[in-house]
Amino acid sequence: MTIAAAPTGSGGSVRWVLSDWVTMTWRNLIRLTRRPEAIFFSGVQPVMFVLLFRYVFGGAIHVTGTTYVNYLIAGVYVQTVMFGAVSTSVGLAEDLQAGLIERFRALPMARSAVLAGRTAADSVRNVGVLLLITGIGYAVGFRIQNSPVLVIAGFLLVLLFAYAISWTFAIIGLSTPNAETAQLAAFPILFPVTFASSAFVPVSSMPGWLQAFAVHQPVSQVTDAMRDLLLGPKPGQWGTSNVWQALAWACGMLIVFAPLSVWRFRRAT
Amino acid sequence: MSSPSAPPGRPAVVAEHLVKVFRAKREVRALDGVSFAVEEGTVFGLLGPNGAGKTTAVRILTTILAPDEGRGTVLGHDVVRDADAVRRLIGLAGQYATVDEILTGRENLRMVGRLSHLPARQTLRRADELLEQFGLADAANRTLKTYSGGMRRRLDLAAALVSNPPVLFLDEPTTGLDPQSRRDLWHVIETLVRGGTTVLLTTQYLEEADRLAHRVIVVDHGRVIAQGTPADLKAELGATVITVTVDDAELAARTAALLAPLAPSPPVVDGTTVALTVERGAKVATEVLRALDQQFVEVLGLTLREPSLDDVFLRLTGRRTDQDTGGPPGAGALTGPEGRRGERGRGGRTRGATGRGEDR
Repeated sequence: MTIAAAPTGSGGSVRWVLSDWVTMTWRNLIRLTRRPEAIFFSGVQPVMFVLLFRYVFGGAIHVTGTTYVNYLIAGVYVQTVMFGAVSTSVGLAEDLQAGLIERFRALPMARSAVLAGRTAADSVRNVGVLLLITGIGYAVGFRIQNSPVLVIAGFLLVLLFAYAISWTFAIIGLSTPNAETAQLAAFPILFPVTFASSAFVPVSSMPGWLQAFAVHQPVSQVTDAMRDLLLGPKPGQWGTSNVWQALAWACGMLIVFAPLSVWRFRRAT
Repeated sequence: MSSPSAPPGRPAVVAEHLVKVFRAKREVRALDGVSFAVEEGTVFGLLGPNGAGKTTAVRILTTILAPDEGRGTVLGHDVVRDADAVRRLIGLAGQYATVDEILTGRENLRMVGRLSHLPARQTLRRADELLEQFGLADAANRTLKTYSGGMRRRLDLAAALVSNPPVLFLDEPTTGLDPQSRRDLWHVIETLVRGGTTVLLTTQYLEEADRLAHRVIVVDHGRVIAQGTPADLKAELGATVITVTVDDAELAARTAALLAPLAPSPPVVDGTTVALTVERGAKVATEVLRALDQQFVEVLGLTLREPSLDDVFLRLTGRRTDQDTGGPPGAGALTGPEGRRGERGRGGRTRGATGRGEDR
């Protein structure tokens, strides 16, 4: 009998864990390319948000220190990766439903690979989405004001945050019985966090009780940090380190929710 | 069909008093103390109707599910404590073909190869080899959405074989397949076993266990209700089944009454056929014909056959194994106790379709 290249220890060596992650990422990316309609619609939505807020609502929203379109694009970046995380929930729910997970569970692969592959593939998709939004933004008057280094740092920050959100939303996919329910379950969480934030309107326009929430929640923090990195800080605010706070949120969420998702995955049937 | 003889060997798979209770809407004891041992290099059949606990046993032994009580081992490795070692030794092919629909056949096999931690080059070679062997080479670069049910099932089995596992678990591998695909798959399984693979097979098709398995256990409601070789189980019944077909149901009832004195147990009427189970088939068959001839009953057909495992199940539980009319030829042609009550129409079996939904 052949037991080819069997690694030792539970879950195998680090090398095999990485290999499993790569294989599962590859699988999810192939799946993505086989669904051109899904790619198309994941592009349509941010474009609609840009146009909607630029031309329909934007005129009624007053921001200080920059134009509304400049203010808006950072918000659309974060909003889009938030909404994109629903596909992590849905994708995992589909996987659990399909029975393929049964085979994965009976293979000597790392338990984390199903989730790691999914979230990594979603990150690749997010890179494309961020570029698309930047292009549309430029077409409607958005202009980057900062040096490329800071801008790239901004994109990396949004991607890291998106990655953390993916792991968080993975739990929804693993806790719901099917893809439809996963999608429905994601929105009640998604909407308040995305819209009761500084993504589209200045927090100062909200009632006081809502401001308290809106100022301190991660979508606002990451959006504000992104604005600083794209546009430069508002006068006298650079010291407030929006960026560090946003980074802390992203890392913190990843540290909490990634292990929690893996734990949930081990229990999901 | 006579069963293959079992070569002696050490146990490859052992289940010791496995218990699994599911608590959903109500408590279900899916497994209620199941024990068995599968000798290396043999085919072991786990037989029973839907919901008997077969799949639960397979899921425990393939490390997917932890038992509530008892333990299982594969080639000496505990399926809970040493799950990773077990995973390197087994292949699993399921009732629900567990493959990725959106990937191609080749991509599916490569994925499983990589996740089984085969070296990259070996994975490529093995994938192509299996596609060839299973007659899927032409479809290798098509996504599975375009595959037929039989092709999908073959790919599923191929995926289970990518790492050349010494122990193979097949959970109802032929459920829902057409007769030709079923025979093809049987042939593949027989070839594997000749090559030394140990196979644990679950099935609702008694003909399948009869054909493939060296040893069989019959499970019902999470308990083992019988075990032995297929021949043992049939010997236990120790009889021949004679079926007589007549013109209509009324005549069948009269025929049954006429034949009742010839058999130890009452004849079973199903539509226009009457079945009786007797000790000495040929002798009684002559008496049957003589008796019917004297009463001027016209016999349209008469068959003698060895009891199948279906008869065994009926005898053990008082129930038929299932109502699946999609079963192999012969498996659905028997009568059960409900047949006696039955106000069945002319031409026999009715309402077979109601039971089919459970299989999906």
